[in-house]
Amino acid sequence: MSVQAWTYLIVGLSFALYAGIALWTRVSTTRDYYVAGGGVHPVANGMATAADWMSAASFISMAGLVSFMGRDGAVYLMGWTGGYVLLALLLAPYLRKFGKFTVPDFIGDRYYSDVARLVAVVCALFISFTYIAGQMRGVGIVFSRFLEVDVTLGVVIGMGIVFLYAVLGGMKGITYTQVAQYCVLIFAYLVPAIFISIMLTGHVIPQLGFGGELSGAGTSLLDKLDGLSEELGFGAYTAGTKSTLDVFCITAALMVGTAGLPHVIVRFFTVPRVSDARRSAGWALLFIALLYTTAPAVAAFARVNMIETLNGRDGRGTVAAEAPEWVENWTRTGLISWEDRNGDGRMFYSKDERNEMTIDRDIMVLANPEIARLPAWVVALVAAGGLAAALSTAAGLLLVISSAISHDLMKKVVARNVSDRQELLMARVSAALAVGAAGWLGIHPPGFVAEVVAFAFGLAAATFFPALILGIFDKRVNQQGAVTGMLAGLCFTGGYIIWFKFIDPGANLPANWWFGISPEGIGSLGMLLNVAVTYAVSAVTPAPPRAVTDMVDSIRVPRG
Amino acid sequence: MDSVKLSSYWRAHLKLLATLLLVWFAVSFVAGILLADWLDARFRIGGFPLGFWFAQQGSIFAFVALVFGYVAAMNRLDRQHGVAED
Repeated sequence: MSVQAWTYLIVGLSFALYAGIALWTRVSTTRDYYVAGGGVHPVANGMATAADWMSAASFISMAGLVSFMGRDGAVYLMGWTGGYVLLALLLAPYLRKFGKFTVPDFIGDRYYSDVARLVAVVCALFISFTYIAGQMRGVGIVFSRFLEVDVTLGVVIGMGIVFLYAVLGGMKGITYTQVAQYCVLIFAYLVPAIFISIMLTGHVIPQLGFGGELSGAGTSLLDKLDGLSEELGFGAYTAGTKSTLDVFCITAALMVGTAGLPHVIVRFFTVPRVSDARRSAGWALLFIALLYTTAPAVAAFARVNMIETLNGRDGRGTVAAEAPEWVENWTRTGLISWEDRNGDGRMFYSKDERNEMTIDRDIMVLANPEIARLPAWVVALVAAGGLAAALSTAAGLLLVISSAISHDLMKKVVARNVSDRQELLMARVSAALAVGAAGWLGIHPPGFVAEVVAFAFGLAAATFFPALILGIFDKRVNQQGAVTGMLAGLCFTGGYIIWFKFIDPGANLPANWWFGISPEGIGSLGMLLNVAVTYAVSAVTPAPPRAVTDMVDSIRVPRG
Repeated sequence: MDSVKLSSYWRAHLKLLATLLLVWFAVSFVAGILLADWLDARFRIGGFPLGFWFAQQGSIFAFVALVFGYVAAMNRLDRQHGVAED
């Protein structure tokens, strides 16, 4: 069977599974729709959270990103996992005890203010739309690369499947499809990684192969990689090039942003009890860590493999006519290209003037199975895995959008008297509209998708995270403090990012950054500013009412 | 539950959180970023320079262990203070 036939088969089967789950999990109340009735098993929720969190970018791009960044790539690895420690210790159990449906619900109740609720709604919508555009685009790209289908048609097919389970099944449908999607994506990620690890180092476990000895070379894989990288002008792979302060701030902003992302937080509203929320966070992190500790190993393997294939074992360049098939296959997709600048008919990859190659980082994951000469079904599996990662994240975000509109905006502010059935209908309509909007963004992607992702994290870090943490851990913080704090964080972080990414992108250089902090890391400062403003304003305005401090007392204890 | 018992539970709880977050900070920001070069130059674990290992592997393993440690410690704390859910 050809790669394409396998891909149609495996992707088709996985989609049939998701559609089947959609039909099995239809819901009839808002509680089922928003939080799956609060009856999800903690391990299942852990898997669903992992799929919810790991996006098309985690699956397709992260290993490549790390591969090109070397040690500095750790900002993503630590940033996107360390946030779960904060989430587990500082947010999940208390928000589960609070026991309502959304993040703006908590902000609105804790700060007894519709203004605070609306600020939270705006932030939630902004973060979710930013993210979802990238997911739908990812769906289209996987379709076009593996199935040679038009990107638009790919996005439409993806929209159709998400529509089915998100609109019919709400959180319940999303949860169980995410569980299935986690299984598909992790299997698809680990199989090629394990094969490549065995091929290069003889270790079955990629995390061990990463630190192991390169077969037949007599040196460790990383020493070899350091040597190759330095020779080619990249600098040692295991050494950093970014400033320490910037790495510190980016990591902090990503961690805090992760903990403040609404589609991740709401997953912890779906388990039965507070202790389940804690356990569930542990499982989620374990399932995520499985991919996140494999990714840097894949990054290093793929880099050694790629350099040796392109430059040849002797480092003189591989004769293009004799290059392995995958080079040619991926040249056709435009992910890799060769320009014979010195006219010797040999390919050569380096950072200096000898370089003749242009390489897209996504190739590190997408072409991995072919580089390792794995069977066609493994290649097909990678396509299904990429789709699972994109669809699961898209669905989680859709639910945040739909509940922000139907619950936080309509039910809580605009039309308080609607019945549960009417609210459910509004939730479905807003989910359907959001699917349409997301699809449109996927087909006509604004040119700045990559830029605004930093925005989403910075925003979550500078608005939600401090408002939630202080709301739980400090009873004296009041509505005036929280609202001004969120607005200060929003304006500061938003302003800094907009300035360097949109208004004056030419000035986006370390020399112009405040304290040498890049726009990716500025959310850390935004968070500190938010906290400072919140405390200052709270101190000179009246304490929150008794009912609110009683509520805070009650969410601090599991019982009752 | 009365406020005296509540505040002793909360204090014990905060102490636990502070300890765990200190470890969280140490394995990631200290070992993986601030001291990474220093550790790289002096120590190795298998084929890894130690600072690099913390940055790309060790910190993540530690995060997982931290959360499961937290779960166990909180369940014990809840039972000791009689605030567990069942």
